[in-house]
Amino acid sequence: MSDTTAPLIHKQSFLPKDAMNALVRRLVDEGYTVIGPQVHDGAIMMRPLTTADELAKGVCDEQDGGRYRLTDGDSEMYFDNVVGPDSPKRYFFPPQQKLFTLTIKGERFQVDDTTPKPPKYAFIGIRACELAAIKIQDRVFGIDVDQQTFRCESDQYYRRARQNALFIVVNCTRPAGTCFCVSMETGPEAIDSFDLSLTELREGFIVRTGTEKGVALLGQLPAREATSAELELASMKLRRARDQMGRRLDTRGLKEALDKSMEHPRWDEVADRCLSCANCTMVCPTCFCSTVSDTNDLATGQVTRTRFWESCFTHQFSYTTTGPVRSTIRGRYRHWLCHKLATWWDQFDTSGCVGCGRCITWCPVGIDLTEEATAIREQQTEASDRSGRGFVDEWAE
Amino acid sequence: MPAHNLPTNSGAKPTLAVFKFSSCDGCQLQLLNLEDELLTLVGAVEIAYFLEARRRVLPPPYDIGLVEGSISTPEEERRIRQVRRDCRYLVSIGACATSGGIQALRNWADVDEFIRCVYPSPEYIKSLETATPIAAHVFVDFELRGCPVNAEQLVELLSALLLGRKPNIPTHSVCIECKRRGYPCVLVTKGEPCLGPITQAGCGALCPRCERACYGCFGPMEQPNIRSLANQLKNEQGRTNREVKLALRQFNGYMEPFKQAGDYYERLEQKET
Ligand code: SF4
Ligand code: SF4
Ligand code: SF4
Ligand code: SF4
Repeated sequence: MSDTTAPLIHKQSFLPKDAMNALVRRLVDEGYTVIGPQVHDGAIMMRPLTTADELAKGVCDEQDGGRYRLTDGDSEMYFDNVVGPDSPKRYFFPPQQKLFTLTIKGERFQVDDTTPKPPKYAFIGIRACELAAIKIQDRVFGIDVDQQTFRCESDQYYRRARQNALFIVVNCTRPAGTCFCVSMETGPEAIDSFDLSLTELREGFIVRTGTEKGVALLGQLPAREATSAELELASMKLRRARDQMGRRLDTRGLKEALDKSMEHPRWDEVADRCLSCANCTMVCPTCFCSTVSDTNDLATGQVTRTRFWESCFTHQFSYTTTGPVRSTIRGRYRHWLCHKLATWWDQFDTSGCVGCGRCITWCPVGIDLTEEATAIREQQTEASDRSGRGFVDEWAE
Repeated sequence: MPAHNLPTNSGAKPTLAVFKFSSCDGCQLQLLNLEDELLTLVGAVEIAYFLEARRRVLPPPYDIGLVEGSISTPEEERRIRQVRRDCRYLVSIGACATSGGIQALRNWADVDEFIRCVYPSPEYIKSLETATPIAAHVFVDFELRGCPVNAEQLVELLSALLLGRKPNIPTHSVCIECKRRGYPCVLVTKGEPCLGPITQAGCGALCPRCERACYGCFGPMEQPNIRSLANQLKNEQGRTNREVKLALRQFNGYMEPFKQAGDYYERLEQKET
């Protein structure tokens, strides 16, 4: 089997636009829960769909710090927009999940695992940065068995959902104002870890196969040889996308700079603006923190443990008997940024940021981590050893 | 094994009492709306005093007392002290009981003038100058926020109390609930003046779910950065100091730090004119 398909992997061909319908139908027929970009209440959300008509076709997005708007675009284009607040994280690591129940049986507890069996997901239209984020979460949740650095035990639900998933990635030809995947070396073109990759042209897609699953799927679709003009156009669009990044971040020496900037005055400035609302961590495709909460049924005495997405911006996150360890917003923002760009390296041997720009767009006050990190790195000499100033009551002035 | 760990006064089922002060009854209604859980609750506790639900009244003491409403008359001022003495655990429920509620807006105005305008015979009205939360008068064991309170949180609180465990009532932002549920942010996508980033969770992001801005009916979250959100509303959305003040002075306008912040934007507003 692999003898015949191996040469076909990473082969490029041309898929006409109307094949998108057949592609979605095929996936549905094969029992996949298909997740793709759709317009919901003024934003592009990754949601289940059963036909290609539900995709966010002909829609562009404008993104900036704390600002997101959809506009009408070229009606022929399926994917002329980039990532919204959702990412595959929502499906591999659900925001709320029942883990188990405990029932009192005589003198003992009976434990029942209530974690559901994940569906077989097919993602259409995820981006290169999202694949990179998935690879990071693979390390966090311990499914990447070869690597040495993971510390958490393997998360079963994540592992099952992840291993059965199919990825049809779209290479970005129109990055958003908050994108900086080029700086993080994660995009705009996906290099590996996909089943199929698409680069969208007006008439169709240049499709590249990445796995045997992808080759088999493409075999069911009306693909043909790509002409050299089509291939050239696709690579031109991708080259241009590299030059159109809305943000950039110079990562050279950044970890070292952050590691020795614990008392940098910039933290005070950003703490004045940060709401500690946690939107950045909720939308970040690599953030993985969770909390559990137990509820009890008054009638039966049964206890249910549920897991929720949690954030390092809450008090509860670092609460000990004497209160939250990070009691100031300054401490919490600093912890978050340093984790993403510096201490993640120590913990998982990778950056915790893939440059998707979500935390910038979805921050209600538009705090921009590329701007904060750059300021800290560039004003190294001024870093002073100030202690946290705690709560200042400014209303009374 | 009993379904509860609460040490009771009588040794039998724990008794529950529900008291009303100045309020609209909405929070008590949340209790009645529970339906399925209510039946279970009736099995787990003795409803000893709940005038909205049943006429039968058992004498105090009560194991758990839920208090709805603010203190706004001299009579209520006296009655809440007796209620405190009658209850082992006292929990204030809803914006009125935890902050003074919408009627606390009179704390910034001349109450006598209101009374003269509204009532044909103002001499019969015995009202305090201010409407204040229960905790301003007596010690309360727990405060449950919301206008009205959230039914699930109410069940969680009672279940926890009966079992003797800590209730899971988060104090973080509404935004966390909003994002977990996958609602697109109305502040970022529409420029709505959403108070979710400074408001305590608990409602399940009800308003953003209906594509509307949160107006803060669960009151301030832990350590809210009100000034930063206000700057965003003013500088990016073009809202005025007056609009910011009015946004803060609603159901929980009298609760700190919404109160201080509301007063601050009022001073800025006055400086402008
Ligand atoms: S830190 Fe921000 S830009 Fe980086 S991956 Fe997370 S959301 Fe995207
Ligand atoms: S950086 Fe922005 S999104 Fe993140 S907690 Fe602060 S204000 Fe909220
Ligand atoms: S809609 Fe409001 S509550 Fe929801 S994330 Fe945005 S600011 Fe927060
Ligand atoms: S979103 Fe805000 S105003 Fe609406 S119900 Fe929740 S706390 Fe109240």
